[in-house]
Amino acid sequence: MSNAMSSVLVFLEIKNREISRISWEAMAAAHTLAEGHGLSVDVALVASPGNPIFATIHGKAPRTVYAIDHSLLHDYTADGYTAAYAQLIQQVSPSYVVFPHTYQVRDFAPCLATRFKQVLISDVTGIETHAGAASVAPTFIRQLLQGKLNAQYHHRGTGPCFLSIQAGAFRADAAEAGATTLATFEPRLDAAKIRTKPSEPFRASAQTVDLSSASILVSVGRGIREEANLPIVQELATALGAELAASRPICDNGWLPMDRQVGSSGQTVAPKVYLAIGISGAIQHLVGMKGSQCIVAINKDENAPIFEVADYGIVGDLFDVVPALTAAVLKGKG
Amino acid sequence: MKIIVAIKQVPERDARIRVDAAGKWIDLQDVEFTLNESDAYALEEALQLKEAHGGEVIVLSAGPERVGKTIREALAKGADRAIHVESDDLAAYDALGVAQLLAAAVRDEDADLILTGLQSDDLGLGQTGVILAELLALPHASLILKIEAVPGGIKVLRELEDGWFQHVELPTPAVLTIQSGNSKLRYATLMGIKRAKTKEVRRVTPLELAAKPEAPVVVLERVLLPNKQRTSQILGGSPAEAAAALVEKLRFEVRAL
Repeated sequence: MSNAMSSVLVFLEIKNREISRISWEAMAAAHTLAEGHGLSVDVALVASPGNPIFATIHGKAPRTVYAIDHSLLHDYTADGYTAAYAQLIQQVSPSYVVFPHTYQVRDFAPCLATRFKQVLISDVTGIETHAGAASVAPTFIRQLLQGKLNAQYHHRGTGPCFLSIQAGAFRADAAEAGATTLATFEPRLDAAKIRTKPSEPFRASAQTVDLSSASILVSVGRGIREEANLPIVQELATALGAELAASRPICDNGWLPMDRQVGSSGQTVAPKVYLAIGISGAIQHLVGMKGSQCIVAINKDENAPIFEVADYGIVGDLFDVVPALTAAVLKGKG
Repeated sequence: MKIIVAIKQVPERDARIRVDAAGKWIDLQDVEFTLNESDAYALEEALQLKEAHGGEVIVLSAGPERVGKTIREALAKGADRAIHVESDDLAAYDALGVAQLLAAAVRDEDADLILTGLQSDDLGLGQTGVILAELLALPHASLILKIEAVPGGIKVLRELEDGWFQHVELPTPAVLTIQSGNSKLRYATLMGIKRAKTKEVRRVTPLELAAKPEAPVVVLERVLLPNKQRTSQILGGSPAEAAAALVEKLRFEVRAL
């Protein structure tokens, strides 16, 4: 059992039988926090201790890796995870509890924090620790108003501070050798207290469009205003030999099929060129495309967050700019 | 089915963003407000469930007097009555504090379902519904696209990441947070707007709900406009000039054309 208030406990997540990339990023965020305040880092994940996945844990070595093992955790439920994680937190008594900001974490972490009379600081994109003043509380940065505003948050009080880390905000650490102990943690769970019954996850439709293989994507957002305006971006895509993609609202409206959606609830893409047309650049969209080699933004709002990630930008009305661009592309070909 | 829908009034998406004098929020002068997007879908789901199974839809919202306008709009769309937790100072509460107010306001209603949007378009915490479930000791599911009544409870369609979905069954009463986009939102009819004027809106203050507000554990210290460390090269001129410049860049620098 570790000393009270001396560690950062990171909960990792498994996706497709691997520890997810965002989990490594959460671990890197935890190390940032730990180094600023002289704390140890422990990690935990739901898996049997014999699972080969534990051999894949890399980055800066954690002090202890907890294998949370229970048959009632094979399928995710908020009740099961909240109870199990709460018990481990009580045992380890960390000063910070760090999660990757995933859909699963969003489903249970607010409950878990509430159980400790705490509030999850969700979707953290930056951590400022104060060099030489480890006792000064760190500042947590998160975005408001779809990325148009940054906010600094502080945690007050004596309980553990709960954080979830946004995808892409921290770079996973390079592997470093270190002594790590693997410990099995068997929570006490009661099947009768798991109130939800999940079914097997499924994919709604076979994906017919593989956006990840396109070298140029023309992606359209709210700025297009109505379905009847889509041909102007389709014409640009055709001229460029590009696939058409979209941000979530376009697919929600049924103007383009779901399999053309880029972002946290759609596909993740990294084409040679990504043209974001009338897309403001909410973080849920940015996580799906910011790995693109070249990003072009066309937007009438010069303060749209999309310009923060764009290599080239045109500030203007897309209804003027896009037809002009199509003409310029065709002219260049002719 | 008795359904409570927790809704939030938020600044319009295209509101001009200026930091206020205290540096803790945006200057709300000249800002137009609207119903939070995912809450609009939560309301729509509630109204559809009522149409299918009968019952009552109660709108719940916290905020200053101006929130009354958004509440009336929800009543005009078909909600039966409303509870307005009236406070000019919600910023003094953290997510847990706000959820405690909402929980106290609806605890005695014994609703079958509490719906709310997945997250707010302003603070974007995405937690109020889930915390509310914990405070009321109810089961919950988040990121819900469809709700179906089954014997003893409900079956919901939950969105997972990367285009995956899952059905989840849970007993009622339950709390669901609703993802945007699954249904077509209705407009208020003229008759609905007229009727809304006579519907009950119960106003309660935080003081009436909780003896004493607890000190927040998480505090928004300061807001600031994102650093303009822009690496993007803005191509100016007329649309035709900017377009021609971009084609040049894509051809000779990115070598993509």
